[in-house]
Formats: sequence, structure tokens, C-alpha cells
Amino acid sequence: MKTFPIGGVHPSANKLSCAKPIEVLPLPEAVNIPLAQHIGAPAVAKVAKGDKVLTGQLIAEAGSFMSANIHSPISGTVTAVDMVPNGQGLRQMMITIKREGDEWAEGIDRSDKLVRECSLSAQEIIARIKEAGIVGMGGATFPTHVKLSIPAGKKAECLIINGVECEPYLTSDHRMMLEHGEEMVVGVTILMKAVGVGKAYIGIENNKPDAIAHLSKIAAQYKGIEVVPLKVRYPQGGEKQLIAAVTGRQVPPPPALPIDIGAVVCNASTTFAVYQAVQKRMPLIQRVVTITGKNLREPRNLLTRMGTPVSALIAAAGGLPENAGKVINGGPMMGRAMVNLDSPVTKGCSGITVLSERDARRREASQCIKCAKCVSACPMGLEPYFLSKMTQKKNWDELEARMITSCIECGCCQSTCPAYLPLLDWVRLGKQTVMGRIRARAAAAAPKK
Amino acid sequence: MANKLIVAPAPHVQTSQSTACIMRDVVIALMPALVVSTIVFGVDVLRVTAISVAACVVFEFLIQKFFVNGPLTISNWSAVVTGVLLAFNLPASIPWWIVVIGAFVAIAIAKMTFGGLGKNPFNPALVGRVFLLIAYPVQMTTWPMPVQGAFDALSGATPLAAVKHGAVGPDALGVQDLLLGNMPGSLGEVAALALLLGFVYLLWRRVITWHIPVTILATMALFAFFVALGTKGTENPALLWQLPLFHVLAGGAILGSVFMATDYSTSPMTVKGGVIFAVGIGVVTMLIRLWGAYPEGMSFAILMMNACVPLINKYVKPKRFGVK
Repeated sequence: MKTFPIGGVHPSANKLSCAKPIEVLPLPEAVNIPLAQHIGAPAVAKVAKGDKVLTGQLIAEAGSFMSANIHSPISGTVTAVDMVPNGQGLRQMMITIKREGDEWAEGIDRSDKLVRECSLSAQEIIARIKEAGIVGMGGATFPTHVKLSIPAGKKAECLIINGVECEPYLTSDHRMMLEHGEEMVVGVTILMKAVGVGKAYIGIENNKPDAIAHLSKIAAQYKGIEVVPLKVRYPQGGEKQLIAAVTGRQVPPPPALPIDIGAVVCNASTTFAVYQAVQKRMPLIQRVVTITGKNLREPRNLLTRMGTPVSALIAAAGGLPENAGKVINGGPMMGRAMVNLDSPVTKGCSGITVLSERDARRREASQCIKCAKCVSACPMGLEPYFLSKMTQKKNWDELEARMITSCIECGCCQSTCPAYLPLLDWVRLGKQTVMGRIRARAAAAAPKK
Repeated sequence: MANKLIVAPAPHVQTSQSTACIMRDVVIALMPALVVSTIVFGVDVLRVTAISVAACVVFEFLIQKFFVNGPLTISNWSAVVTGVLLAFNLPASIPWWIVVIGAFVAIAIAKMTFGGLGKNPFNPALVGRVFLLIAYPVQMTTWPMPVQGAFDALSGATPLAAVKHGAVGPDALGVQDLLLGNMPGSLGEVAALALLLGFVYLLWRRVITWHIPVTILATMALFAFFVALGTKGTENPALLWQLPLFHVLAGGAILGSVFMATDYSTSPMTVKGGVIFAVGIGVVTMLIRLWGAYPEGMSFAILMMNACVPLINKYVKPKRFGVK
């Protein structure tokens, strides 16, 4: 069975909610919509305090090409456009809307009817995706229209749909593949048309045999779509790892991108959102969020409007358990620990994981024993123990030579370290510093205007 | 509740395989060999092992308590591992005070002077053994005979020494005796089968990988094969398999390759580097065994290759993703 070529770890899967069908979370009374919930420039607010908005109405416009539109997830009145603390407690510009009913904007098809045919051109498809404000929903939040706009001189050869969901605990993509497989596969055909390829692969780890069987059956009705079962290994859902697993080709080190080897990767839930946007004119205003944790009364998969406070999800799962020690936006390998549970669900939020205090507390670090487990775990073939040490010594040249900028911050090194060293904390710092130095060098070398 | 949330960067999961857990697994993996050795040489084995372990732990404790700042690390079991390994490299009849001196050299000089676990360039137990071998050559090479079924042919020499000095051929001991340890030798080198059981346990627990031990043993076997071929292979074809098998099973080959060459801090950080390191150990061991002054060369070979590890780590880099 296929998998990526080097490194990787096997964290406990803990997919507690994988058999729980998607349920609809009741609409929140108010939402906070951050203007920056994607990579790139923040969106520019198009509404002001006091404005009435409808569900699905554009409320903030992409600030540049590398940005994304934002639509209102509920109908009601804008009560503020102001700085509000986000999940990490940092104040961020958000639009606050108080809900009044649920009245939808014109032109959005909310029926369940499957629409297979799409007669739009590639440009028209990309325009609809851009209009709907779709970004990568696996967590990276890269604007999808940017990814689909193949740069001049490059050519896409295949599309890869990321149904791997290698993060422990999370099950939102899994449930989407099971419950919206038909729409998702139509989404695949639309994306194939958008990037002009005849071949698409749907990569799914073989711990989801039901999703593999279901999508294989559907894909058989279409030409050029193949489901690829993958051997379970983290971080298979990493873009470069997935491309290597499916095609056997490796993206060269930065600044090379997947398109340089002809690959375009799109997350499974994003593919469904593309179907919705192109066939139903549905903007990205809701998503499935897994609320999970070993001590939660009821882990679930909830269809949630964007901007809903995380606390509403936790309440729907039976409330925060007595021994809760950490609430993570995302999964335990790459998610971000939250300080503010009133912060909103955003486009990149595939799950909320609640860990007990015992699981959450970092164990006391001791001396490196040179076991080399971090080296064999690194999926990019780096030497985390060495990068961590060189960062502490501020040896930036050595770090650059040892390819620190290739680090994808998957966390394999740190999670496997028997001395419990904060390897990735150091590597992240080193990587940011080295990338800053590379940018400064490029700026200095560029001709002055 | 919310005001008590823990905040830290990802990843939020840590392995349950701590340093102490790994070291404890190594001790567990050494237990079958300890049992076999006790059956072969009697309770002296337990006496030597207990003294060695106790001395190693006490020296590490005293040094950390009175000479260096920093946390006490005896609870991570690494001093116990050194203690057992040192004992495994000694004859069962060794006087107690020599064991204590060996433990002092291993822990105080080879380990703690460099900064403790993970920073020592040479395998502490082997430094202790080699020191004793040079300082107390008589006591270190006086081998007690196995309790039952002693071999007249060997008359108190280890199989390696007997073969080296031409007293017997490599076929003097049956494969069964070599595997079960029915021969004179150090505590831990006589029980090939029990050591291999420990090897399987370490692989299963993911403490080590197979690369270094298998490469060392394969290199030695191949080397012995060609030597046999070059000498008497044509007139005595049985030697072609007897000599390689003898060299792999006799002496410290298995103990050294499974438990000493795989020592984390004194072996390379990459698989490729580990293979280079292992080939070096195999070749040097055979050179010493066949043409050197000592009948056994494993300890010297490992220590020599330990010295090359920083160089190997500098030049042998892991295969980078996306780089042809």
C-alpha cells in the first residue's frame, strides 16, 4: 500500500466521533467574523455598525489577489466592526453580527438536489470559487482560487484530493466523504476542469475503509477519478507527503511549490465547498467541525455556521469536563491551544479537541540522549535535534545549510522525543529567523526602484 | 475552568516511551542472558552483576550530588544499563574490588566527565572493560569453567583464544554449545540465544533498529568467509560455513553488536551512518581477532568506531525530502 517515502509517526488515532453522523448545530445568537481567517491579506469590511445583513451576503471583500471574500453566516444586524480577542487571546479585527431569524440572500440554492452538469469554463469556475470565499479547509486556509490559478509557464498534470485526515481525533473530512460523497466527486470533476487535468486521485488512509469503498463506488461512474488507499501514517495529509504518497514524486525544497511537479492538492471538505459554490452559488458560511476529546460526554460532528463561538460547540458536546486541561483549535499534532473559548469557528477549523489536564501537561524535559528518533521521524529528512541545538546557538548559516526552511512543523520530532525536549519550539524559531534572513537578502539584492 | 487552560505550541502529544522507559527495556532485554549465565557459571554471576550495578549507580549519584550541578539522573536507569553491561564483560571469578574500579572508570571517567547520558563519546561499559583488561590482564582473562559439562578441549581458554592459538579448530564447539553458552567466557558473551532473545525484545519495543547489529554480524561473517576461502577453503569446504558461524556466535560479537554498538550517544544519528559505523566495527573486530594481539576485538572495534561518530554525523546526512 502506498505511503510517503521518509519519516512519519503513528500517534494513537482516537477517532472517537468517526461513527457519529453530521448533525446541525443550532444557530448562534451572535457571531464574530474575523477579517483575516485565511493566508494572505485580510478581507476589507463592506458593512458598518447598524447595517442589516442576510445569510450568505458578502460582508467583506478580498483585500488583494491573495485573500478571500467573507459572507455573513447568519441574518441580523451588524453590532460592531472592531478588535476582538481571537482564540489565542490576540485582538483581531472582526465583524460582530446579532442574529435575527435566518433570512437568506437571493440566488443561493439550498436544496439537496445533486447537480452533476457544469457548463462553465475554467475561468468562470475559478471566479465562482473566488466569489464564494473558499479557502483550504484542512487548516492551512490557502485561498483556493489562488491555488487553482496556474501560473504562466506551469502546467497542472493531476489533481489530488486530500481525504487523509491524519490528525488524531478529527473526523470531519471522514464524515463529509461518507455523507456527501456524491457532491464531493462532482466537486472533483469541477476542479479537474478548473485546472485542466484529466486525472484526479482521492487519497484516503486505510483506517477509513468505509470512505474508500463509498467514494470508489461513486468515482467509478466518472472518468479519470481514482481513489488511492494509503497506509496509515502521520503526516500523510501534509501536502508534500500526500503528493509523494500518491504520485511517487517529491516536491523540491522551498521555494518550489507542488505545481512545479504538476500537482494541485485540494482538501476533501474544500472540494465539497467548491461543489456548493459552483453548482449552488453557496458561499463558504458553514462547515463541519468535530468536537472531540476522551472526557467529553458526547464527541460529535457538527455542521456549524462560521463565527459560532467555540463554547457553543463544547456545550453541544456536554460541556467542558471537570479535568479539562487544554482546548485545541484543530487536532493534537498541529492544532493551536486556545485561551479564549468565546472565539469563533473559522474557515480553517476542522475540529476542537479537548485534552485532560494529565494529557495536556508537557512532561519535564531532560538531556538529549542522541537516540536519533527525531531524525528517523522527520518526514522531510531533517535533523531536528541538530536544528534545535543550532537555533539555541543562533548559528543561522548552519541552519540554512541544513535546510531548516523545509520544516513543515508537523510535530513528529517533538512528539517522539523520549527526553521530552521542545524540539519544534526551537526549530520554529530558527526557521522563522532564517526565512527572515533569506527575505532580507533577496530585498537587498533586488534592484532599487 | 477556562482560566486554568494550559497553553503551549503544538504538538500536544508526547510519546510514552521516555528515556527511563527505554533504559529499563534494555535492562529487561539483558535478563535472559543473565539467567543463562547464572545457570552456566553459578551464583558468582549474580554477585558480579549486583556489585557492578550498585557501584555504577552509587558513583553516578555521588558525582551528581557533590561535583556537578543539575538534576539527579539515576532514576533514568542508564547507570543500571552500564552496570549490567560492564558485568557482562567480566569473568564470573573476578574479585569484587576490580568490579568497583571498572564501574568507577565507566561512570566517573567515561560518562560523567563528558556531561552524563547522551554526551559521552565512548561507550562507558566498554571503557571500563578495556581499562580493566589493560590494568588487570591476569584476572580479566582467567575464565571459570562452566558448572556442568566442561570442555577439556578448551582447558580454561575462551573458544576465541583456543582457536586463535591453534589449540583447536573453529569446529571444536558445536553450534548448540555456542548458542546455549556452554563454554568459558565473560558473563554476557556465552549465551548467544538469550542475547538474540533480548535483541528481538528491543526490536519489538522499538528501542533500536536492526541495522547496526545485523550489519556488524553480516560483515564479520562475510569477512570470515573470505578468510576461510583464502586459506583452507578449497581442501576443507566445511570451513566455509564453520568459520563465519564461529566468529558470529563466539565471544562478544552478539553482546557487542546488539547492546553496545547500538548505544545511542555513541552511535551515528542516521541509518546510513549507522551502517558505515557497523561495517567498520565488523572489519576491525575481525582484523584484531585474526591478526591482532588479543583473541577478542569487539570492544576495541566499537571504541575505535565510537571515535569516528562525530565525523560520520558531520558528513552523513539523512536523505532530504525532495532532493535528488
